[in-house]
Amino acid sequence: MIAEAGHYALVLALALALIQSFVPVIGARLRDPALMNVARSTALAQLLFVGASFIALVTLHVNSDFSVANVYENSHSMKPLIYKITGVWGNHEGSMLLWVSILALFGGLVAAFGNNLPLSLRAHVLAVQAWIASAFYLFILVTSNPFLRIVNPPIEGRDLNPVLQDIGLAVHPPMLYLGYVGFSISFSFAIAALIEGRIDAAWARWVRPWTLVAWIFLTLGIAMGSYWAYYELGWGGWWFWDPVENASLMPWLAGTALLHSALVMEKRNALKVWTILLSILTFSLSLLGTFLVRSGVITSVHAFANDPTRGVFILLILCLFIGGSLSLFAGRATSLKQGGLFAPISREGALVLNNLLLTVACAVVLFGTLYPLAMEMLADFKMSVGAPFYNLTFAPLFALLLLAVPFGPMLAWKRGDLLGVTQRLLAAGVAGLVIVALVWAWTRGGSALAPLAIGLGVFVIAGAVTDIVERTGLARLPFATVVHRARGLPRSAWGTAFAHAGLGVALIGIVCETTWNSEYIATMKPNDVAQVAGYDLKLDGLLERQGPNYREMIAQFNVSRGGEALSVMTPSKRSFTTRGSSTTEAALLTRGASQLYISLGDVTAEGGIAVRIYHKPMVLMIWWGPVLMAFGGMLSLSDRRLRVGAPKPARAKQRLQPAE
Amino acid sequence: MRRMMAAIVALMLLSLPAVHAVQPDEIMSDPAKEARARELSRELRCMVCQNQSIDDSDAPLARDLRLLVRERIAAGDSNGEVLDFLVARYGEFVLLKPRFERQTILLWLLAPLLLAAGGFALWRQNRRRSQSGAEVPMPPLTSDEEARLAALMTDEAKSS
Repeated sequence: MIAEAGHYALVLALALALIQSFVPVIGARLRDPALMNVARSTALAQLLFVGASFIALVTLHVNSDFSVANVYENSHSMKPLIYKITGVWGNHEGSMLLWVSILALFGGLVAAFGNNLPLSLRAHVLAVQAWIASAFYLFILVTSNPFLRIVNPPIEGRDLNPVLQDIGLAVHPPMLYLGYVGFSISFSFAIAALIEGRIDAAWARWVRPWTLVAWIFLTLGIAMGSYWAYYELGWGGWWFWDPVENASLMPWLAGTALLHSALVMEKRNALKVWTILLSILTFSLSLLGTFLVRSGVITSVHAFANDPTRGVFILLILCLFIGGSLSLFAGRATSLKQGGLFAPISREGALVLNNLLLTVACAVVLFGTLYPLAMEMLADFKMSVGAPFYNLTFAPLFALLLLAVPFGPMLAWKRGDLLGVTQRLLAAGVAGLVIVALVWAWTRGGSALAPLAIGLGVFVIAGAVTDIVERTGLARLPFATVVHRARGLPRSAWGTAFAHAGLGVALIGIVCETTWNSEYIATMKPNDVAQVAGYDLKLDGLLERQGPNYREMIAQFNVSRGGEALSVMTPSKRSFTTRGSSTTEAALLTRGASQLYISLGDVTAEGGIAVRIYHKPMVLMIWWGPVLMAFGGMLSLSDRRLRVGAPKPARAKQRLQPAE
Repeated sequence: MRRMMAAIVALMLLSLPAVHAVQPDEIMSDPAKEARARELSRELRCMVCQNQSIDDSDAPLARDLRLLVRERIAAGDSNGEVLDFLVARYGEFVLLKPRFERQTILLWLLAPLLLAAGGFALWRQNRRRSQSGAEVPMPPLTSDEEARLAALMTDEAKSS
């Protein structure tokens, strides 16, 4: 009954989406407010019905109703409750349902909070949202129905892939989808602007918060996924340049470029055509990502669900939306007037450089991901593109970008003074160089690349600090004035500083981890001691334990440093009986930003166990960086100026915005 | 005697289901050679996995390849010779860093070409715009917007 209700709710959502696809557009043509307002009600009703459908599937999973194929294939009655819930989107059908639920959520948010949008713009935006939604509802209903019943219900389910039975699954996919799907809003705004043929700075101001929300979630989603891979897959790798990871990185790169170009458009009414194109490209890359992951065209460590018929369907959606939007763009873009002149050396110029580098970096990832596929199909030439390729191509582009990052926010709009900015950044530059020298001396002349990269990271962080120091007048004004100015500084200025500093933090983490990672691989017996990076790890013994739906073998290590006991680490191996597979649960010990990492191999005949122990210096900075970036994004989002419908300020004085 | 040793080694390999990347028993006694082997392993693809290097992969095939790499290094091959040997056996597919050749030229040159093209386009646009001169005026407001603006202005006038 619940399954049928869920299925029916989804069909109703499709019907609503179809109405929303056409009625508001006709309304806009006829200038009929009643017809245009239909979009608002249907968007909210869609959210209600898709939400009901999603809750139905969750209920089926929680109740372990094995008469539903999706539950039978991905659940088990003994599975802990949290994984029964997260297992809903740990499979193809469920994750697509999550995808459309989030799409409906964003549509609903625009409908609910878009009161201050011009009526026809809101009607068009919601109509475009409905086009996307209709295509994906149809996809789910035709090829991936999560509510299919089994004629003779089995007694027990087949359990969820053990790798996915982790808290990471609860957080990573929803975050990632909030990011992917969130970019549909800027896409819809772009298409609406092209249809209406009108675009101005106000448009950018409406789009920016939505893009920022999507970007924050995507940033956190990618970082979370990376940390999950790091602790769950058992060899301490955190980024593999795997096609599925690239699929999430590409929208992030394009979305980051979009955030910056929308800024130029909002402030200076320039880069309009480019911003529209980026909005289209960003969401197209999200769709491409959905296609790559969901069709199984590139099977990878992530793609657990493969089915070619689905692939063709998504490919059709992909061609329809990308092809359609790009031809609309080609037809209409020339009619959009460019405005806002600026000299090459200016804030706008810096943001253009940012866009150029990010777009090229994105193209490199796109090519690296699709080139092998194309070569295999077209030239029958099998090749691989992996981490060593990206290290040579992607890394220099980012190094260049990071070098430019501190300059951007300090240059003036329209016409900047590069020499002046360089002088003001002198302290940051010196800080970077001192760090280069120190690290180089400390590592006694190892590779020169690592100290240079760390110096670059320090320069980026110091540059962000310098910007804030300059703006508040710290070091030259009395303290009370500084506090006053710091409080008066727009939140977006703080956001910029945090996000940019986050880049430097992540870079330092990445360089330290890859350069000075030490490892110890051996077969250990109880009472053996391993020495890694100054730590002594003594294997106390092995014990077995029964978990809810697995058996696990735990090794207990006593960790000490210089004779002083620090902690006990308990890595384990779990074997899941239903699937006959096993997972490695690594043990982590955090010391500052560094971590000790132990994962277990197999037990040998002599009672020893294969052990891999790593010391990963500064590894946590890799994820602190993106968290800082996301925090910066949130600060920026809370800026009054971005809340278009914000209540009027109490004092007239505040209406004057500080000139930047 | 050698045959027996080989048989024992083979038995040992069979009895150890490889569940992890680099196993303790694979490690070479010479640390310098082992470091080379690890470095090479990171550039070689485990062909049955997707985009995993043999250094990361826990598949049995990756283990075979790791042993093969170490065997070649022990036999005195240079890094280049080891890679040549593997490419001759398994094709270019095994290399995670594709070689610079006819089929991959576009892939390798993409970034510099795009940067140059983007830079050129920007330079031309900048020149054209500075020649054409003045700023383009903002599009006029629609009647709806005029009405809203008027309403906002009267609100503002009342409140202040």
